[in-house]
Amino acid sequence: MPKETLLTMRGINKEFPGVKALSQVDFTLRKGEIHALMGENGAGKSTLIKVLTGVYTKDEGSIRLDDREAVIRSPQDAQHMGISTVYQEITLCPNLSVAENMYIGRSDDIYQNWKKMNEGADRMLKSLDIPARATQQLGSCSIAVQQMVAIARAVDMDCKVLILDEPTSSLDDQEVQKLFRLMRDLKERGVGIIFVTHFLDQVYEVCDRITVLRDGKLVGEYEIKDLPRLQLVSKMLGKELDDLSDIKTEESETKTDDKGVPLFEAEGLSSTEGIKPFDFHIQKGEVNGFTGLLGSGRSECVRAIFGADRVVSGSMKKNGKSIKIQKPIDAMKNGIGYLPEDRKIDGIVGDLSVKENIILALQVMRGFFKPFTKAEANAFADEYIKTLSIKTASSDTPIKSLSGGNQQKVILARWLLTHPDYLILDEPTRGIDIGTKIDIQKLVLKLAGEGMSITFISSETDEMLRTCSRLIVMRDRKVVGELKGEDLTQNKIMSTIAGGEEKK
Amino acid sequence: MSSASGKKKIVLSKIYKNQIFIPLAAMFILLLFNLIADPGFFKISMGYNSAGNPVLSGYLMTVLDNGSELAILAIGMTLVTAASGGQDISVGAAIAIAGSTLLRVLCGTNTRPDTLRTPIFVAFIISCLVAMAFGAFNGALVAIFKIQPMVATLILYTAGRSIAAWINNNELPIISDPKFGYYGGFIPGIPIPTPLFIAAGMVILITLVLKYTNLGLYTQAVGINESSSRLNGLNPVFIKWLTFVILGICVAVAALIKVSRLSSINYSVIAKDIEMDAILAVALGGNALSGGKFNMAASVIGAFVIQMLTTTLFKFKVPSDALPAYKAVVVILLVVFSAPIVREKLGNIAKSLSSQRKEAA
Amino acid sequence: MKKKVLAVLVASAMAFGLMACGSEAAAPAPAAEPAAEEPAAEEPAAEEPAAEEPAAEAEAPAADSGELIKVGIINNDPNESGYRTANDKDLKATFSKENGYDASFAYSLKNDEQITAAQKFIQDGVDYLLLSAADTSGWDSVLKDAQDAGISVILFDRTIDADPSLYAASIVSDMDKEGETAVNWLASQNLDEYNVIHIQGVMGSAAQKGRSGALDAKVAAESNWNIVTQQTAEWNAENAQQIVQSVIDAGTKFNVIYAENDDMAKGAVAALDKANISHGVGKDVIVMGFDCNKWALEELLAQNWNYDGQCNPFQSSYINDVIKTLESGGTISEKTIIMDEKGFDATTITQEDVDSYGI
Repeated sequence: MPKETLLTMRGINKEFPGVKALSQVDFTLRKGEIHALMGENGAGKSTLIKVLTGVYTKDEGSIRLDDREAVIRSPQDAQHMGISTVYQEITLCPNLSVAENMYIGRSDDIYQNWKKMNEGADRMLKSLDIPARATQQLGSCSIAVQQMVAIARAVDMDCKVLILDEPTSSLDDQEVQKLFRLMRDLKERGVGIIFVTHFLDQVYEVCDRITVLRDGKLVGEYEIKDLPRLQLVSKMLGKELDDLSDIKTEESETKTDDKGVPLFEAEGLSSTEGIKPFDFHIQKGEVNGFTGLLGSGRSECVRAIFGADRVVSGSMKKNGKSIKIQKPIDAMKNGIGYLPEDRKIDGIVGDLSVKENIILALQVMRGFFKPFTKAEANAFADEYIKTLSIKTASSDTPIKSLSGGNQQKVILARWLLTHPDYLILDEPTRGIDIGTKIDIQKLVLKLAGEGMSITFISSETDEMLRTCSRLIVMRDRKVVGELKGEDLTQNKIMSTIAGGEEKK
Repeated sequence: MSSASGKKKIVLSKIYKNQIFIPLAAMFILLLFNLIADPGFFKISMGYNSAGNPVLSGYLMTVLDNGSELAILAIGMTLVTAASGGQDISVGAAIAIAGSTLLRVLCGTNTRPDTLRTPIFVAFIISCLVAMAFGAFNGALVAIFKIQPMVATLILYTAGRSIAAWINNNELPIISDPKFGYYGGFIPGIPIPTPLFIAAGMVILITLVLKYTNLGLYTQAVGINESSSRLNGLNPVFIKWLTFVILGICVAVAALIKVSRLSSINYSVIAKDIEMDAILAVALGGNALSGGKFNMAASVIGAFVIQMLTTTLFKFKVPSDALPAYKAVVVILLVVFSAPIVREKLGNIAKSLSSQRKEAA
Repeated sequence: MKKKVLAVLVASAMAFGLMACGSEAAAPAPAAEPAAEEPAAEEPAAEEPAAEEPAAEAEAPAADSGELIKVGIINNDPNESGYRTANDKDLKATFSKENGYDASFAYSLKNDEQITAAQKFIQDGVDYLLLSAADTSGWDSVLKDAQDAGISVILFDRTIDADPSLYAASIVSDMDKEGETAVNWLASQNLDEYNVIHIQGVMGSAAQKGRSGALDAKVAAESNWNIVTQQTAEWNAENAQQIVQSVIDAGTKFNVIYAENDDMAKGAVAALDKANISHGVGKDVIVMGFDCNKWALEELLAQNWNYDGQCNPFQSSYINDVIKTLESGGTISEKTIIMDEKGFDATTITQEDVDSYGI
């Protein structure tokens, strides 16, 4: 089926004060295709999309839609021309109903025919196989369904170009599958979809074509079958490297002592967040991990260990000695660090500087009446900015102006500064660029080699396989198995998660 | 030459970017206005008060004198704003309570005592404890029960002045001991108003506290991201509560000055509307009223700018019931100029101007 | 759950606030009773227990048979000023059980709340409705209701814009006269020149209008009377102090402070003291205040101030007379009763005056 061109962007230039965000970027989208837009953070993906949707105005270049020159000055313009965007963060109103969200701001009439609106919404939801009712309050739907409602809204507006900006980052596998079904369905209807994601698996599962950007420039456009994963990664990084295999070789060096007194152990632990009581232990220098679907309770387990949620039962021991952890400061005083799952909500303190974010945890441990001097704080900050190669203008820059990956490194620096014996990393690689992902995985193994115990959680199973020597598998807020040694394979994990034969 | 001008430009842009620029600019505009309208504003003269003590007088001294209570309140209000992202609107009522307590302890049941029943210091400590207790009440509502600060403090705002009247059985005690008047007036032999010393003392105290403790870091962290602060071992509930208690101390100090000024109290009008001025001082200091980062010095300067505005308006015989309207104008200007869209536009204009100049050169 | 706890907490905090409001008789009806009971309980306690019983019995049936005259009193907040505190105290003393009254009180500075309270009193079936209105207008319909229910309305302290047929009597101060008395006194001082700092009350209030009016007329008529500044300090001492401070800072000459209440005069004097400007009898600046607070009269006695005009808060005896007349079937000859009000001169005031007229 020859596919006709839907959208062409040629020679797009966009400059911000001091930064050339896009230079001479071309992009082509055809009817009925799913087109991945790939690149590291800061490569220019968001800027290109914002130019296309009228959030930014381009400095130079042309945009043609359906073979006509398209002048896009505002998001409204874009919407009228049939370009719709669904963002990573839901931009709908959770307190309104599903139907209201689908039709809000679209009617020119003063009067609204509620009945008609609800019927129309239900019809659309049904045709797209979205499990929601028109009259339901949007906030009561899962994130995935909310995202699908946002897509339904776009489809209902007769969109020709649908932009999905990181739609899958807060979805679990099943939800992702539902979303992909919806995307394929739309593709059949001739919609052109631009798909921005960090998940390589998903790109290869659903996309037809890939455009790679690097440093604001176009690297190239490829048919999916012509571009194997490793090549894609190297194109994104701009280097021919096989870092991934590097990690593997390092892994074999990490030896863990499975006998002896565990560094940390917990018995019958459960918290207010509804996880079933679980036992857990970790040896000195060991890297283990919790795996399971999103919402299976893996984060809740580590939050209970750290005292982030209120612990309701269980006992804990550190180096064989009984300890009590009721709130985070107790855990910190016992040498435990915790990098939380949601960087924006639980991790960064946005308006504070990189420096203040780095010293925060250690400062709190040191006490209210003993602030670090300026010189001390600067020394700490500079040390970690250097060792973790955090890209920031200065240590006084507010952390919120850093890219996601660098923010994550700052949080990591914060915990490394406290020199914990046991570090919990919950999704340290989510939503950050591939280069930083690799850096973090390497760092985990290096730290373990130096004797630190680490619990590593990631949605990307291959990352966990690469780093962990033992995996605790969760399902429905319950520990359902533990895998180590040769059991550590993708298939084994899948089957354990899926259930059937439970392993003790 | 070019390097010198370049340096100057950097310094200028640094000042412009600094938060303290906002209150300083406002002060500059007010001073400029007064200079043009009547340079007599700047005259400071040495005289003697009726007790025969040397005193400095003039509009500027009046500003410093009367702005002191506001500056003291601005300190506490800044901390409350930073940590809780809201404001305490009950400080005026709380001053009435603290002042009433002070007089009650000093006078006992006799409303016109010839001698004080208790040393002033002891009475102050007691009124301070009472003010801190009311601060703690507000703080508990905000921190533990998560009520919006403005709503939580509305309770005391409504009931406070009645509580103050109740403390003294609706009597209006008057203190004749001249020593009590020192705190709101002059200490014999020192020509500078005492409130200014007290305000300076409080500013120095808070500066030391901010330097030698983590109060600043903790309140800001909690104000910016409560959840993250908790995971870093902080106790956001306690820190928010603490800021209200600290504001209580500021209230007690301000009450001492206010009551001392007239050696008496009027429950319904003492420190009337001062909460709005204190909040305005925080805003004028360029601090976000939604909490987070703060600049204490800017708030304190903001307080004196508000007083300068009040004094200027009195000077030009603006009726005092019209003052809120003028302050409203300041609020509008502040809000407009701190809006991101206006800032961006202004930034663009400044940029195009400088590039034009470059071309011209 | 938390929300509920919260609601209870807030409600109890509010209740505490209310309790604190009146201290003695806060919430309109119920709280008034213990206050009225207090003296009744004290009195017999001093007697022999045997003597107590008949006394108690004699009173109890009186209450049951409804011989007590039920009055509903709507007043402004007693914390508003010393004047109001004295006014409230006076009313409570007069309308007590011993004097044959069953009084309920309601306080508000807001007209709508006062009207609601009046409607409640009408429903409760009071015999007399005593009213010091926050606002002059808006009372017609509720007063008509009262009339229909056979309730006599007596206005005190403040008049309203309603047909005189709607109320039985109005006991007020004549603010214009207060102002005239004060201005005449000032004229009698025979100064060569009058440079007056005029500190006004809340603009538009009856007291402000009356007290400003007389002075404005005089200044307009006489060439040697000048106003240095005329500003409202809203009855607030702090504002008055700043206004006078501002005049002093500007270096303008003045020799009279005409403050429309005592608090503002006190604020003005604080500013004078700071600048070492002498004030009082035979000094540079004449200080005039209003309301006759006890402390203000003491200032007069010490000759620190020169004049204080009375605004008589003791209307209760006048009201009592009116009620007694009506109860005995008599008629009120003059509906508007103007109370005697004095002006005190520092040179003639005595300690007795301070004790009997100070509020």
